[in-house]
Amino acid sequence: MFAYYLRLGLHSLRRNPLLTSLMVVAIGFGVAASMTTYAVLRATSNNPIPQKSSQLFTPQIDNAGPSVTGDDNGEPPDLMSYIDAMALMQAHRAKRQTAMYPIGVSIIPPDASRLPFQETSYATYADTFSMFDIPFLYGAGWSAQEDQARAAVAVIGRALNDKLFQGANSVGRDIVLDNHSYRIVGVMNNWNPQPMFYDVRTAGGFGDPTQVFIPFTHAVDLEIPTIGANMCATSSNGGWNTWLRSDCVWINYWVELPDNASVAAYHDYLYSYAAQQQHAGRFQWAPNIRLRNVMQWLDYKQVVPPESKISLLVSLGFLLICLVNTVGLLLAKFMRRAPEIGVRRALGASRNAIYVQFLIEAGTVGLAGGLLGVVMTGVGMLGISLVFEPQIARLATVDTSLVGLTLCVAVLATVMAAFYPTWRAAQVQPAWQLKSS
Amino acid sequence: MLQIKPILAALKRHKAGTILIVLQIALTLAIVCNAMFIINQRVARMSRPTGMDESNLLVIQNHWVGVNTQAIPTLTHADLLTLRQLPGVEDATRINAYPLSENGSFEGIRLDPNMKPRISLAAEYFVDDHALPTMGVQLVAGRNFRADEIHAIDPQVARPPSEVIITKALADKLYSNGTALGKPIYIGNDNPPPSTIIGIVGQLQAPFPNTNFVDCAVLLPSLLEDNDGSYLIRSKPDQLAIIAKEAPATLLKLNRMRVFSSEHGIRTFDVVRIEAYKSDRGIAIVLGSICVVLLIITGAGIVGLTSFWVGQRRKQIGVRRALGATRGDILTYFLTENFLISLLGLLIGTVLAICLSEWLVIRFEMQRLSILYLLTSSVVLLLLGQAATLNPALRASRVPPVEATRSV
Repeated sequence: MFAYYLRLGLHSLRRNPLLTSLMVVAIGFGVAASMTTYAVLRATSNNPIPQKSSQLFTPQIDNAGPSVTGDDNGEPPDLMSYIDAMALMQAHRAKRQTAMYPIGVSIIPPDASRLPFQETSYATYADTFSMFDIPFLYGAGWSAQEDQARAAVAVIGRALNDKLFQGANSVGRDIVLDNHSYRIVGVMNNWNPQPMFYDVRTAGGFGDPTQVFIPFTHAVDLEIPTIGANMCATSSNGGWNTWLRSDCVWINYWVELPDNASVAAYHDYLYSYAAQQQHAGRFQWAPNIRLRNVMQWLDYKQVVPPESKISLLVSLGFLLICLVNTVGLLLAKFMRRAPEIGVRRALGASRNAIYVQFLIEAGTVGLAGGLLGVVMTGVGMLGISLVFEPQIARLATVDTSLVGLTLCVAVLATVMAAFYPTWRAAQVQPAWQLKSS
Repeated sequence: MLQIKPILAALKRHKAGTILIVLQIALTLAIVCNAMFIINQRVARMSRPTGMDESNLLVIQNHWVGVNTQAIPTLTHADLLTLRQLPGVEDATRINAYPLSENGSFEGIRLDPNMKPRISLAAEYFVDDHALPTMGVQLVAGRNFRADEIHAIDPQVARPPSEVIITKALADKLYSNGTALGKPIYIGNDNPPPSTIIGIVGQLQAPFPNTNFVDCAVLLPSLLEDNDGSYLIRSKPDQLAIIAKEAPATLLKLNRMRVFSSEHGIRTFDVVRIEAYKSDRGIAIVLGSICVVLLIITGAGIVGLTSFWVGQRRKQIGVRRALGATRGDILTYFLTENFLISLLGLLIGTVLAICLSEWLVIRFEMQRLSILYLLTSSVVLLLLGQAATLNPALRASRVPPVEATRSV
């Protein structure tokens, strides 16, 4: 019976070509707009490190006081000062911890005929590699001893390794950053979490994959400045060492806390650290700290661009209107066939049979709309780069799950829209119809 | 026109169809007027002038590689001398940031250095004496910097200079009635020394187009000892394309220890503007297309349902015609019917539109919808409804009276 109704449905698609194509186009557009915007939202609200996002935390300490944080609903600064970052590193209260900042070093190719170039680079600590589950193609991260020894070592990305060494194992070889040489200890294997949770402040959440890591300690020795944000509540103008000792904030700080107990303990530690600073007279205010995990942090920093939420809302409104439209047109299409329904009912068809027949017919309309929707979603994907930065646009892609979702949404929405017209069709009185015709 | 009573009576028998059209018009109005409002705000933001003569400007973002920062002023001098001598170049300057560059520094400005709250924030442009002529920024009072006033400074130990040029918008915030020239201002937080205003420029935007201090900037006569900086080059008319090729090549020939970033390294100002407002333009295009498709679908929906009604009522129309109704009567009957339905839809749509706008205000901190957009969109939808009804209504008016005698 299903096959028969399906055939009837397909047949009726051709019966009112204008009405039908209007419905198919409306559903196609509505579904495509929703799916395109949903793809962007899905990409931007992605969990960048799902296996660990609830174990990685970024602590915040208010080192500026209410006169500065007042503008920000009392929220402590996003970044940390050198003084606080170093105190936390030395206290070593988390399972793992790292302080990191973006650096603007240039890579000088060994081949003198090639021009220097830049890649996304960070100064960081050895724990970073195990904390962020960074995969390695060759070698590994450096050790805590090398942090201590302030060693000139580097971990580079696979793309950079391809560019400089044609993909060969470069562990043990040197790389020149600005005028300084570093020994390569590891080559990362395509590590690119998006959003870039570890430095939301600089990259705005999305950016090119990091290709160079060097030890934080060594970068500070070389006085390599941050290329990220550097916010000073009070001016600091006495050169590098004065800046390090100032309350300017510029460091991303991350800790790994594997369970609830260690999270609570670390929270207490942060509080007591801030209290101690207040006691010592450095902070003239009560402890004001935060400890957010990866997803809480991305949410707090509003990494998902407001454009993507607004456009999804507009698209859903659009889909709703298309569906209202479809209800009206299906009603017109079905009621036009009242005489036909009357004949079928008179010949013994049950109400249920009418329901099944018309819902399947609506389903075929929905399927046709969904197929158009898939094509239009593909076109929509090309349009994403109109609105969003290329870093975001290339994250939104059509995959099988999106195609499946598009078809499902189209069919389900149309069948739902068809309930009322079908109910009306099933109410047709056979006797009345036969008499009047 | 006095067919309202029978129309209402007829509509009661077509509740479902009527409600659907009302609902569709209401939703369309709510979305279209809010979308038009957002589009207009974005377009207004995109068309604000920076204050520069943008058509002949080239920006080269230059990063020095591995050079001692103290050597940078000398290297910069050499670069600028070479650039200025290139045929087709009008003038060139080095600057830490520029309008629409979306990064740069800003400071609080005060008239009393001990006062905690600042009067305004202002963008800082570290410039030389060639900056104003290169950017094409107009002085409205005072004078430009002299070459001997430009000092090399380490950004880590920067102190505000003794002479500054500020924008008129900032001058008006600080001193009333255009009396700012020659007066002191204080730049920064910790008891900075005073800086004297020696010049006022008409307009020069801050690097960040979306801040509330977008028109406030101070120009400081300093050459920063900083690896990063941008060269602004003003070409002679019609020479921009050639300069965009030659200037970077010339700089590399002079010294190859530099990097021009792959994305923002070398851009004409047209490109800078396009990239800065990319998402604004994109949002406007996307919302605009959604509005157009929405209106088409709504119009088509009305055509579909009205056609259905006309088909359903052929017999009744025939009876009316046989009883003496003119073609015009039938035409106006359907147009009035649509008018009444649209009116109800617009009424409900207005409530929805205002709710949606309030929600956007609360959730996304947008501006409140202006009534003008509501009215315009309502008129557009009303006209669309009438236009969509016209064809089926004309077909109805052509139903012959003899139809009354036929069975369905």
